[in-house]
Amino acid sequence: MNDTLLSVENLSVTFPIKPQGAWPWTPMLGLKAVKDVSFSIAPGETLGIVGESGSGKSTLARAIIGTVPTSAGAVRWQGTDLTTLDVTERRKHRRDVQMIFQDPLAALNPRMTVGEIIAEPLITHYPNTPKNEVKEKVRDLMSRVGLLPNLINRYPHEFSGGQCQRIGIARALILKPKLLLCDEPVSALDVSVQAQVINLLKELQAELGLSLIFIAHDLSVVKHISSRIAVLYLGRLMETAPAKELIEHPMHPYTQALVSSVPIPDPDAESNRQAQSLSGELPSPIHPPSGCVFRTRCPKARATCAENVPDAQFPHPDHAVFCPHFQE
Amino acid sequence: MTLLDVKNLGVSFRTNDGDVNAVNGVSFSVKAGETVALVGESGSGKSQTAFAIMGLLARNGTSTGEITFDGNRIDGLAQSDLNRIRAEEIAMIFQDPMTSLNPYMKISDQMIEVLTLHKGMSKSEALNECVRMLDAVRIPEARARITMYPHEFSGGMRQRIMIAMSLLCGPKLLIADEPTTALDVTVQAQIMDLLSDIRRDFGTAIILITHDLGIVAGACERTIVLYGGQIMETGPTRDIFARPSHPYTLGLLKAVPRLDVDHDILPTIDGEPPNMSALPQGCPFSPRCTFAVDRCASDRPVLSQHGIIHRACHREAEAVK
Repeated sequence: MNDTLLSVENLSVTFPIKPQGAWPWTPMLGLKAVKDVSFSIAPGETLGIVGESGSGKSTLARAIIGTVPTSAGAVRWQGTDLTTLDVTERRKHRRDVQMIFQDPLAALNPRMTVGEIIAEPLITHYPNTPKNEVKEKVRDLMSRVGLLPNLINRYPHEFSGGQCQRIGIARALILKPKLLLCDEPVSALDVSVQAQVINLLKELQAELGLSLIFIAHDLSVVKHISSRIAVLYLGRLMETAPAKELIEHPMHPYTQALVSSVPIPDPDAESNRQAQSLSGELPSPIHPPSGCVFRTRCPKARATCAENVPDAQFPHPDHAVFCPHFQE
Repeated sequence: MTLLDVKNLGVSFRTNDGDVNAVNGVSFSVKAGETVALVGESGSGKSQTAFAIMGLLARNGTSTGEITFDGNRIDGLAQSDLNRIRAEEIAMIFQDPMTSLNPYMKISDQMIEVLTLHKGMSKSEALNECVRMLDAVRIPEARARITMYPHEFSGGMRQRIMIAMSLLCGPKLLIADEPTTALDVTVQAQIMDLLSDIRRDFGTAIILITHDLGIVAGACERTIVLYGGQIMETGPTRDIFARPSHPYTLGLLKAVPRLDVDHDILPTIDGEPPNMSALPQGCPFSPRCTFAVDRCASDRPVLSQHGIIHRACHREAEAVK
């Protein structure tokens, strides 16, 4: 098991939802935000997770880091199932997995200086670190993520969005994690700044041998940074494959629709692009369709799709498609 | 035929930290039935340009310059005249369809209000017209769903309702301010299809405000690239994308990862977007520009013609690549 850092096995997250007009004794409904998702990450690898809003990609990240309870399945960190550990045991593992968030300003405490923000994880996990060592580490990290170390006593509001995201990255890196969970890290940034942050993440990954889970809705960005991509729809995996393969030869009908919907900044390529538009709307996650959850909008759907939850098909050993009819 | 002509538009806001000049001397025109893109990053003045055209600036904002619509000046009109123009001549849709719809009113009441007020229709006539318009934007079972409230619709459906509502009085110009930014990519594709159908069926000219170059490439004939409240480059979309002649456009196009190209490292534009209350004296892009010469920091370049493109840059177009 040495080549697997993290493996997620049949992970499900169900949120209890009060039905409309419920009495206190009415049983809760279950909203299945994530259902039976499995994947694994090797050291130094980047897994991209794409999906539209409501596909459960952020819930999946939170379940891995342990901020939402899982209802079934396992999250194995180098072989240990994290979901069975108690709080104090689990806390030790948090050092290895850190997270950066979508809204860079909201993720930083406005009343703390940049230095305090970046140092906080270190002080929490290693309270006996001498003060000058903490400060040195903070300054070192700041220059590494492209912030001037003399800004250490400034407050978050004095920085732009891109700089705030750099602060968030520095905070995530101070514990020397092995895995960095990035939940839409660039979607709030302008195009010119977005490229800077993506390049920074790639550089840091190469330098520190980090694994990344990169969650985003922008397929172009995910393709650029990931080695493998997993596609989620309504909390279920639809397809996983190496990034280039998935974008160039999508096999699941949903992935095909998703990839063909992405506009390309080139008028010539745009006029040739054949968008396969999806009809209908995302079904309710409280009452998802039986069998394959995508069948209500799928151009290849047939009666049997309603009966069985599709198993993974493997056109290549590292390409999994959760659709029995993908070859037709 | 020129529908909208904007000459030397300036927008400034008085704030506690001094005056913020959001738009500085923007001039462009839109022909009838044409789709024009206003592209730029946050703070480039693209939305404020639209708000100034519509007379919707915040209370601390003032605009200068000339705005001519259909041959008549519309800047500085009284509210009552503006209200008529805003409903019947120019319509606008916004980024977040939930905050532009009144959550306390049924869709039918919100839409009927427009027609009874501006067209003097009776309620039943107006209702029929509204249902017809919802059908046109492809809302399924429009007659049954028109009595629902905004929260009962998904984001994409709400944006369709906004588009239907904006078209009720048959405007000649539709200003769409980031209409798909809050939507998923598959829904975005549906809305962009819808906008191009509307343009074909109703002959409505569209100003599309966006930061997404992919959408611009697919939907717009002409592109206006804004930075720091000024036009950097403008011309036919095809020409600008094929051969960007302004350093900013060039950098922007390179910095976007493309689905159909494998990039190793993304070329970036160094630095941060400009502070609008302390713009450089010269070209607003000069502090981040790799092509900048001494002159760029002190002289503001004017928009001048280069072939089919207009560009504001001191360097020769041939040198920018």
